[in-house]
This record gives sequence, C-alpha cells and structure tokens, in this order.
Amino acid sequence: MAALSDQLLVVSIMAYLVAMICHAVEFAFGDRSLVGRAAVRPAREPALVGAGAGGDQPAFEPPAVDEPAADRLDPPSSGRAALAGRIAVVLTVVAAVLHLGTLVTRGIAAERMPWGNMYEFVLAVTFVGIAAWLGLLLRRPGLRHLGLFMTLVMVLLLGVTGLVIYTPVGPLVPALDSYWFYVHISAIGLASGAFVLGIVPAVLYLLRNGYDQGKRGFPYSLAERVPAADVLERLTFRIHAFAFPLWTMGVIGGAIWAEASWGRYWGWDPKETWSFISWVIYAGYLHARATPSVKRKVATWIAIIGFLSMLMNLFGVNLFFEGLHSYA
Amino acid sequence: MSVVEDRVAPPAAPPPRRPNRVLALLRNSWRQLTSMRTALVLLFLLAVAAIPGSILPQRDVNIENVEAYRRANPDLYPIIDRLGGFDVFASPWFSAIYVLLFVSLIGCIVPRLRDHVRALRAAPPAAPRRLDRLPQHAVLAAPAADPARIAAVLRKRRWRVVVRDGEVSAEKGYLKETGNLIFHFALIGVLFGVAFGSWYGWHGNRLLVAGPDTAFCNNLQQYAETGLGPRVDAADLPPFCLELTDFDARFLDTGQPSYFQASAKVDEAGGEPRDVEFSVNSPLRLDGASAYLLGHGYAPVIRYTDRLGRVQTSVAPFLTTDGNLTGEGVAAFPDVNIDPATGDRDPDQQMAFEGIYLPTAPDAPPYVRSVFPAERSPALMLIAYRGNLGLDAGIPSSVYVLDQRQVEAGKLKQIGEAKLMRPGESWTLDDGSTVEFVGTREFITLSVRYDPGERIVLVSSIVMLAGLMMSIFGKRRRIWFRTGPARPATPAVAGTEPPATASTTGGSSLMEAGGLPRTDYSGFADEFKQLVAAVERSEGKS
Ligand code: HEM
Repeated sequence: MAALSDQLLVVSIMAYLVAMICHAVEFAFGDRSLVGRAAVRPAREPALVGAGAGGDQPAFEPPAVDEPAADRLDPPSSGRAALAGRIAVVLTVVAAVLHLGTLVTRGIAAERMPWGNMYEFVLAVTFVGIAAWLGLLLRRPGLRHLGLFMTLVMVLLLGVTGLVIYTPVGPLVPALDSYWFYVHISAIGLASGAFVLGIVPAVLYLLRNGYDQGKRGFPYSLAERVPAADVLERLTFRIHAFAFPLWTMGVIGGAIWAEASWGRYWGWDPKETWSFISWVIYAGYLHARATPSVKRKVATWIAIIGFLSMLMNLFGVNLFFEGLHSYA
Repeated sequence: MSVVEDRVAPPAAPPPRRPNRVLALLRNSWRQLTSMRTALVLLFLLAVAAIPGSILPQRDVNIENVEAYRRANPDLYPIIDRLGGFDVFASPWFSAIYVLLFVSLIGCIVPRLRDHVRALRAAPPAAPRRLDRLPQHAVLAAPAADPARIAAVLRKRRWRVVVRDGEVSAEKGYLKETGNLIFHFALIGVLFGVAFGSWYGWHGNRLLVAGPDTAFCNNLQQYAETGLGPRVDAADLPPFCLELTDFDARFLDTGQPSYFQASAKVDEAGGEPRDVEFSVNSPLRLDGASAYLLGHGYAPVIRYTDRLGRVQTSVAPFLTTDGNLTGEGVAAFPDVNIDPATGDRDPDQQMAFEGIYLPTAPDAPPYVRSVFPAERSPALMLIAYRGNLGLDAGIPSSVYVLDQRQVEAGKLKQIGEAKLMRPGESWTLDDGSTVEFVGTREFITLSVRYDPGERIVLVSSIVMLAGLMMSIFGKRRRIWFRTGPARPATPAVAGTEPPATASTTGGSSLMEAGGLPRTDYSGFADEFKQLVAAVERSEGKS
C-alpha cells in the first residue's frame, strides 16, 4: 500500500505536468494569443467545460459596473486550442483523483488520517488547493486559463514535497494523537490549501495590472489572455478572506493542543513563530484591502509576501530550524 | 469589504482660535498613529520583528541552544545578546511595536465604536435622488404598493426600516461592523490574557524517577528550572506531592513510540492521596497547577560497596540523547571510603561512574548507541573514576556530567578500562571495592505549570474568531422603495443631468426599487431580485 501510494504520487505529478503542457498549448495557440490570432476562426464554441457553464455570473459581477461581466468570462479560446484546454482540465481531474489516491492509500498503509507528518500534510494541503480549484472551475469555466498557473504550482509543490520532505509511512507519535491535532491540522490544511489557490489570481492580477498599464515585457505578456484585473483582484480577496478565519481557527486549535501537549499554549517555537508571522501578514493584507489610500497592487503584494511566509512555514521551518514540531 | 475611510478631521475644521503648536502636534501625531496606514506599517513591522525570533535560539524556548550558540559564536554572541536577539519576544523593540500597535488599535476602535453605536440608533438614510443609478434597480409590477406593507416585508427579513413620506429606506448587515469591532476588542483581550498569565503564572521543570523514595513535593527548590511571574511569590505555589508509581511506554518495531502512560500518586493539601494517570496530550490537572509529561528515560540503579564494605546505592537518571533512549549520566559517590575510626572523608577517595546506558545494546561493539528504545537487551557501559569530584569547591556543577576540570587537573583519575555490564552483574575494582548494576527505574521529565491567563486568552480568541467571521462574511447593504411620483429634480443640479423624465422615475404611478451593496457582495443581485419579488407577491395577495 505504501509503495502504491508513492507510485501514485509520481503518476499524479506526471498528470499535472501533462495538464500543464496542455494548458500551455491552449495558452500559446488560443485565438487571442499571437499565434492564435493568425489562425483565428470566426466560430465561437459555447462553453463546454463543466456544468452550469456561463451561469451564476453575479458572483463576479462588480457591484457598481454596468458592463456585463459575461463576455469577459467566456472560455477565452476556441477551436483546437480550446480542445487542448479541455483536455488539460480532464487531465487535472485525473491528476487530482490520483492525488487523492495517494492520500487514501497512504492513510490505509498507516492506518490513520494521512496528515501525520509534513510530507503527508503538504499532500493534503495541495489536494485541498486543487479540489477547490476544480470546484471553482466548475462554476466559472471562464477561469480555465488560470489552470496553467494552478498546475504549475501543483507540479512545483508536489515535486518539492516528494523530493525534499518525503517521509516513510508510520503511525502517529503519541504527541500527535489528539483530538485537537485533527482540528488543528484540518483547519490549517484547508486554509493553506486556500492560500495556495489564492496565490494564482494574486500573481495573475499583478501581471494583468502591469499589462493593462502597457507593460508588454516577459512576465506581463503572459497576462494577455487572463481575466480582467478587477475580476482577478476580487477573486484573490475572496479566497483570502475565506482562508484567513480558517487559518485563525487552525492557530487557535494548535494553541489548545500545545497546551495539552507541551504545557503552554504558545511558546514561540519556530513553527509557531512563522504561523504568527503569516497570520499578521494576512491580517495586513485584509487591512490594506480595506484601506482606501492603499493601492490594490500594494495589497496584493502583501498577500504574496504572506504566501512566501507560508511556504517558509511548510518547508523552510522543517528544514532549517529545530523545534518541538516533531513533524518533518 | 466596506470602504472605511481613515478618520479624518471634519472637512471644515474651524481654525484654532489660539494656535497651540504643541497641542496641534500632539493631535496630529495621534491622528497619524491611529490611521489605518500606520496600523498597516506596524503590523508589517511586527511580522518582520518576529523573524529573528525563529532564526536565533531563544532563551525562553531552549536555553541550551542559546548556550551552544554562545560557544559557537563567541564574538557575535554579546552583540546579539545586547540587542535582545535571544529574547526577541521580550525585547524592548518588539514590545514597542506591539504596544504602539495596540495604542493605535484602541485609538482607532473607540471612536469607531461610538460611530457604530450612533449608526445603530440612526434611521437608514434617505434614498438618493436617482434610484436607477444604483447598482441594483427595478421597477415594480405593483405600482401602488403600500409603503407600510413593504416595510413589513422587509422587517420580517430583519432589515432595519424607516418610512419617510412614501419612501422606504432599509439597511441590513450592521453585524459586519459589530463583528469587526468585536474582533479588534477581542485582540486586546488576548493581549491582556497573555500579560496576565505572565504576571501571575509560574512554571517549573524537573525529572521524576519512579519510586516512593524519589517523590517530590511542590516547592521551588525541587525544580531544576523555574520561572515565576513578577507577581508570584515562592510561597504562593500550591502544596502537593507527586510520586511516580509506574511508567508504561510502548514502541513499534521501528522504534517509534506508540503509547505513553504515567501512573502516579498525588497528595494534595486537604485530600486523601489518590492514584492518577496522565500522559502526553492529557496532562495531570491539579488544584492550581497542571503537570505535563514531556519525556522519559531510564535511571540505572548502581550499588557501590567501598573497600571498607559499606554499601551505597545511587539512582541516577541518565539523560536521553536520542530517539532510542541512549542515556548518558553519572553516578557519584562522594561519601565513600570514610575512615570508620575518624569519620573523616578523604576527598581524594571519592568515587564516580560515568556511563552510557543502552536499553537495547547492539549485538556487537561499539556499545555507544542503543538500537531500540525499550529495554530488550539492557547494558550499561561504565567508566570508573576515583579522586576529588570537585563538589566542595562551591562551583555549581551538573549532576549529569563529571567535572571535567577535575579530570583535566588530574585530581580525578580513571580506573581501568570501560566496562560493559548487564543487569545483576558486578565489577570488582582495583582496590577490592565492587560496583553492581542492579537494574533501572523509569524516569519522566515533567513540566509543572500554572497560567491564570489561559482562560482569558482562550475565551478572547474564540470571541475574536466569531467577530472575524461576522466581519468577513457579513454584508452591509441598503435598499430603497419609492412610491408615487418622483420628487422633482432640484433645479440647481438638474442642468447637469438628463431631464428627470428620462428616468423611469418620471411616471407618476410607478414604483421603483434600488439597492446598494456597501461591501463586496456577489449575491446582492439575487437577494435584491428576491426582495422585489417578495414585495410584489405581498401586494398581489392584498
Ligand atoms: C492588533 C493589530 C490588528 C490586527 C491583527 C487587525 C486585524 C484586522 C483584520 C484581520 C481585519 C479584516 C477582517 C475584518 O474585516 O474584520 C481588520 C479590519 C479592520 N481593521 Fe484591523 N487589525 C489591527 C489593528 C487595527 C488598527 C490599529 C486599526 C485602526 C487604525 C484597525 C482598523 C481596522 C478597520 C477599520 C477594519 C475594517 C476593514 C473593513 O472595512 O472590513 N485595525 N483588522
């Protein structure tokens, strides 16, 4: 079972990789790209990806803008490129199923919930991220282009996880065997997954924003075909606003667990310190977003710094520091 | 998210009659300090300031690591220490940031609380002149709707409603701001709880070896390491005695621990001694303190018979050095070889054994590392020393290692080779004295703590979380219904606008509705449609 789980992970990473390549194909040859524009065909296919295509738009309708949001959210390409995009989505689903299989077999092998160490935890977090992404895609097929970045993030995170922090299967050490551990890890896991998801529109917003201001250099040119800047920005905010209370809950759960386990609810162990840092930065993001005099671009940068601090917590702390979190 | 403007001075503040520079400066600084931008900068600083706390070893977290750092970086150490780098979270600069942040917080939310209370009491504002310019707008199919009935429909849906000359204004979602204020006030509660706990709390750490002769009673001297809050006196510690009666540790074949359970006898003041059990994640809750199981290991029991035939026994906990519970320690016998005639102790005839204990010794040498944490094949590697242990020099020394200065000075000499002993075995030394490895006892490492701020922090955090959810998921929105003819446009403004008749408001018997989400709220269009439909339905019924 444990070996199966490891193999599933490899296959799943491959599937994400191929999905990413398909997304890239769509990206490069779609009808609004340079290549695509030359070969554009007039016929526009209706959105075919997922159920409820095109419906449910109010969620993205900006409250005070008259122009309908619909045409900005249509799947942005057609023809063969769109086919690549659809294949990419199917492959992402396949990859996500394999990813889930990795987790499930791991859990069966270990006879417990599959988040008892850092390796499993990152697998779970990334799965939450991709599941949330697919859920989002189901409701808003128009966001399909973001899949390129989402799959890229998945390949990178899973690759690093498999290579750097792989841990053989084993049961929980007694210190982790607690009710609060599950509360803590589930909340932190969900929140981290959401933050992983949130980084995609955040980065794209910055790119798109630069593109809209006339920048056409390398990273900005990527943003040619992504949704409008304000749509991305609002998506970024919603995801972060959803993740922040979860993160708060996770930190509180962790403190309750730490009290029972180590005798103090907070002790500035490196892991605790970094979750505090992330919390403060994300609080800063929400603050910045609510402060009219702070530009949205600045606020989004704060979210990106928050994400970096989270990566530091997921990977860096386990590698660089020695602490009580006997996790890695 | 509502757009909350920084609190600015009233637009047309009258010039101060008697300009007072100091006062103006103060007022300006205060305004600066309590602005959202400052709060943002301070939040960011707080995050940055916490980083060294994770990079440098911290005294409060692990003092040994700080000592190791000192040894590794003797030049850098004093500088970093001067800057508070080893006590980041108690350093003046870290404190300054959060104190400023909380002053800013109070300065920010107290006026907001006042404004919010005012808003809660005020009626929803009158409709804007042109409802069709609002993000949501509809013309009702029920032209002659009764404002009172509309108000009733809205009230039933928990809107705050006011009817003013044929016009219905309603607002909902005050909980958002309420939640936001609760969140920020609860932050103060958390800080207060932390401070309270550090003033009135205390803790002590120690080892506890199993057995009635090694029980301990709560008392500062009984701890290896203690921390008392500034408001706690040694006499305030609650009286109780604790004896470890049994310790059960189980391991998987990989050596990973799977189960720990400590059994103990507790004697608290004013009660019968009682048997208790505790383990990792389920501490022993006593009256006025809790005891937490942090670790465990083995204490070899070593019996030494000196050359005069006097027998002494040492139960010395050996500190564990790895996951397989290899233990290192010292069994010291300072009071041996005492001349029975004079009763004098010859300080150069003291004995000590330095040892490594292996709960499961490997099959072949070297016998320096245990290969499994349980006692499957226990062995004790001992090195005997005779001479002056240096205990009388008055220099505090660890009970877990020999005083190396004495060894280096040649005052403490190794006798013979290291010897591997199994339980029950004895070893006869050069002077005819014998040492016997009797067996082991379990020991646990305990942290005994009392933190009266814990509950405040917990309650405040939960309130904070609740406030946060209200604030983040709450939606402030307004809706208006206007019946009858539109108010004529005010001539002064009319010139710049299309004639009022162009608006749907123009007809005299139309009824229109407008909605304004004051926060980022994607579902407002749906809610608005449903409300309008509900109003139409209620009209249809009449
Ligand atoms: C201890 C430091 C602080 C933390 C951790 C913090 C955290 C937060 C968070 C997470 C939010 C967004 C969630 C929500 O809408 O409730 C928020 C909102 C807000 N904070 Fe703070 N805050 C702090 C200090 C301050 C200070 C000093 C001010 C005033 C200058 C302030 C004013 C506000 C305002 C006005 C909002 C409302 C934003 C909105 O309209 O939704 N906060 N704060």
